[in-house]
Formats: sequence, structure tokens, C-alpha cells
Amino acid sequence: MQQVASNGTPKTFLDQVIAATPGNPHLEMCIQCGTCGGSCPSGPDMEHTPRDLFAMVRAGMKDQVLRSNTPWYCVSCYYCTVRCPQEIHVTDLMYTLKRMSVKSKLYDESIAPDFSKTFIFWVENNGRSFELGLMAQHMLRHNPFGVFKIADMGVGMVTKGRIGFTPKRIKGMDGLHAILAKAKEIEAEDDAKIMGGAA
Amino acid sequence: MRYSVFPGCSLEKGAAGYPYWQSMEAILKPLGVELVEVDDWNCCGATEYIALNRMAAYSLIARTLALAAKTDGLREMVAPCSACYLNLSKADKYLTDDAALADKVNVALGAGGLHYKPGTVKTRHLLDVIVNDVGYKAVEQQATKSLAGLRIAPYYGCLLTRPAVYGQTDSPEYPTALDKLMKVLGAEVVDYPMKAHCCGGHMTQISEASAFDMIRRLVKGAADYHADIIVTVCPMCQLNLDGFQGAMNRYYKGDYHVPVLYFTQMMGLAFGLDAATLGIGAEIVDARPALSRIGVQVPPPEEEAKPAHKPRRPKEALPMPVMPGSEEVEQ
Repeated sequence: MQQVASNGTPKTFLDQVIAATPGNPHLEMCIQCGTCGGSCPSGPDMEHTPRDLFAMVRAGMKDQVLRSNTPWYCVSCYYCTVRCPQEIHVTDLMYTLKRMSVKSKLYDESIAPDFSKTFIFWVENNGRSFELGLMAQHMLRHNPFGVFKIADMGVGMVTKGRIGFTPKRIKGMDGLHAILAKAKEIEAEDDAKIMGGAA
Repeated sequence: MRYSVFPGCSLEKGAAGYPYWQSMEAILKPLGVELVEVDDWNCCGATEYIALNRMAAYSLIARTLALAAKTDGLREMVAPCSACYLNLSKADKYLTDDAALADKVNVALGAGGLHYKPGTVKTRHLLDVIVNDVGYKAVEQQATKSLAGLRIAPYYGCLLTRPAVYGQTDSPEYPTALDKLMKVLGAEVVDYPMKAHCCGGHMTQISEASAFDMIRRLVKGAADYHADIIVTVCPMCQLNLDGFQGAMNRYYKGDYHVPVLYFTQMMGLAFGLDAATLGIGAEIVDARPALSRIGVQVPPPEEEAKPAHKPRRPKEALPMPVMPGSEEVEQ
């Protein structure tokens, strides 16, 4: 169970991570068996395996955890989650750590967070995702010469009608803007409670 | 059978997964399944919104669920994309289990004049609906053309079956529904060891090394088992395995050519529908050689416009040295 201070703020980094994760992620139950890392398709690219990272969370190594590239290399395949003998929601925890690392501005590499931000830029402004806009904006910023590497694919996708040139926009944009603004307000209040204003 | 449907951004006209939508519509008609599109649905947030803002991510999904709950009184919604399917069903589960989260999300929805009672709409993947509601038998009865002669690697990816706690019906480690479906249609199904592994999702945009490694494992796995074709259930998987197969080949100096089609396209072929109706021909890795094995003729893509030959030098220019063998070009 979480340790909560008298003002309602979780006491330790472990408690904060648990409190910021939807559902009950069972993180305090980790027995350090390593099944998560052993099941991970992108494990070799991670600075810390999920097992390492969870040990660091428990040890209160907040800065090191939020600087790690590990959450950003999680591909959300959920192998770890279905195999964990302690039923820890590993993938959900990786999303929590991504959010914390963006909000704390501790992660130095920008390509993965920027991809999420660019994706959401289109969703927040149109209600729907826009593949061409996302790819163009992201590649211009992070991989301008990458366009040449996938030029044949791009040409194929265009001639075969699989790329649209105009974003689709939902009718209820005003309502969506209001919903998301309110949601962000609630998120900020929650964060203040969970992190004690620290993040 | 009647369901509401959440197409998802990838299946819209002009999006990479549009052939999936075309083929889905074509096969559901003869199977007697009617779909009603949720009016003004929005993006599910993919794997991106939840990485930035938890409450906004859940509210975005809840808006679609609230609109789905208003769709003709239908209580089950079909999502053909595995990522949409997981996001919608998972959010509904968390909202059902966590009343405090649901209350907050409803405060946000209220700002847009909406409300969602958790558990009202059950989201189901298209494959689940076809094998469990329509049934293998009804599919078999519609089939007029056997897929015999085609070796198929059935590819499930991740989010159709994992994590197995939001009503998924198949095994998270060794799913078999797609295997059975393809066998019913007469295809030879490869016991594909990579069938539930990850295609890498958005990693092509973040780390080539990581993305191409995952794509390579899947394509090589299918090639090693002499599969003629990979059959998939998700537009993201299709895009990664088909669209990025060429880039992966260049990265590894490899030469794989394994076409990747949707299971709905294979069903359509077995139902005797023509390739163009099913969106076949829009794939990047040419599926025609594989499909010719079952006698399916796909019209060749329109002749690419050849650049008009422009003489490099005016005729009256001074003669230039001519390389042996190039005389006739120079005239």
C-alpha cells in the first residue's frame, strides 16, 4: 500500500509513481525476477531493463529514472504485463514514467517525446490524426534526410491513394477543445497533489 | 447482426489503412453484418496521448465512447484497428473499476456537454466479431473459392490479444483464431513462431535500429517458413511490415519480398470478390506473384508516366566523344 503523508501527498517516489498510474499497477510487488526485460522486444536498446528501473524507483532514484531512455523505448507490446508473475502493469508504468519525464523536463533526448507531441498537436486541432502532417513535421525536425530513405515508399503510398493531403476535422471541435482544456486542468491539480507541487 | 463501428484515423479514405476498410465493408455485407458509424468520433490517442497527459487521454477516448453510447442504442462497437480496440476497451475498463477517475473524466466531458456511464459500450475487435459472432461455419458457407495453394503466415501482433484483461478472447502468447479462419478458407497456414510478436509500432519514427530490427524478425520469420504472404489484423502492423519492408531491406542489405495483406482481403478473395473492390493492389510489396498461386489476377498498376525523352544536347552542337556501346543512343 502507498505511504501517504498527512497532507495527502505520497511520501516516496515509488508511491508517487503508483499514485500517478491508473488502476492498481502493483509496482510494490516486484520481486526483481527480470521476466519483463527478458520478454522485451526493444530491451537491448534500453539503458535500464524494466526490472532495473523498478529497483531504481524503489530506491528513490528519481532523477536517474526520469533521465533514462527506457520508457521511451517501450513499444507497448504488453508481453511483460501478461508474463509478470506479480501482475505488475509494466506498460502502464512506462506511460506514467514518460509523463513524469516530460513534465519534469529531465529527459534530454527529444525525438520520442516530440513524436508524441506532434501526433497530439494534430489530434488536439482536428480531433483526428493526420499521417502526412505528422510524418512531415516530425521528419523535418528530427530526420530531414530520412525522407530520401523512404522516398520509394512515399511515392508508392501516394500513387496508391494511401496518403491524404488534407487533415480531417471533426464537427465538434469546440466541445473537444473544452473537454481537453478541462481535463488538463484536472491533470494539473492531480499532479500537484501527487508530486506535492514538485513536478 | 448490428454493431456501431469506430473506424479510427488509419482506416479513413486517404489514410494508409483504407484498404482494410474497403475489404471489411465488402465481406461484412454477404455475412449479414451491419455497421453504423459513430457520428463525429475522434482519434483514440494511439500510444501517444497517454504518454503526455493521462486525464486528457482518457477524456479523449471517453468522448468517443459517449458518442458511441448514443448510436442507435447499439451496445457493442467494432474497432478494426488493434490499437484503437485496446485503447477504447482499456479506458472503459479503468473507468469502470475506478469511480474517482470516471468522475473526473465526466467533469471534463461535461465541459463539452457530454456524459459517459462506464461499461455502457463494449468495444470489440473485428476479428473477434467475425470468428465468435459470425462464426467459422457462416464464413465457410460464403466461401466460393479456395485459398488452397497459398501458404499464409497469420500475424496477430500485440494489441489484439494483450494484455489479456479487457475481454480479449484469444491467447496472449499463442493465439489461433486467425489460423483457424484462414484454414477454413482452404489456405495452408504456417505455424508462424512470430505470430504475436511486436511490429515496433511508432518506432520507425524514433529509432531506425530498433524499428527495423523488429520488422526484420517478423519478415524473416515468415520467409524462413516459406510463407507466400503475411496476413494481418491491424493497420499499424500492415504499414510497418509492408511500407517499411523496403527500407528495412536497405538497412540490413537484405532482399525480402513478403507481401502483407489484411485478413479481410483474404476473406474477400475466398468469397469470390474481385481484387480491386478489396483494395488489393495498394500494398507496397507486390502481392501479385503470391496471389497468382491461387489464380487471382490483380490488374497491374497504371503505367507510370515515362519522362519524355529530352535530347541532352542540341543537334547542331559540336560532336562529343562517344563511349563504345552508346552510339545508338547518341545517334
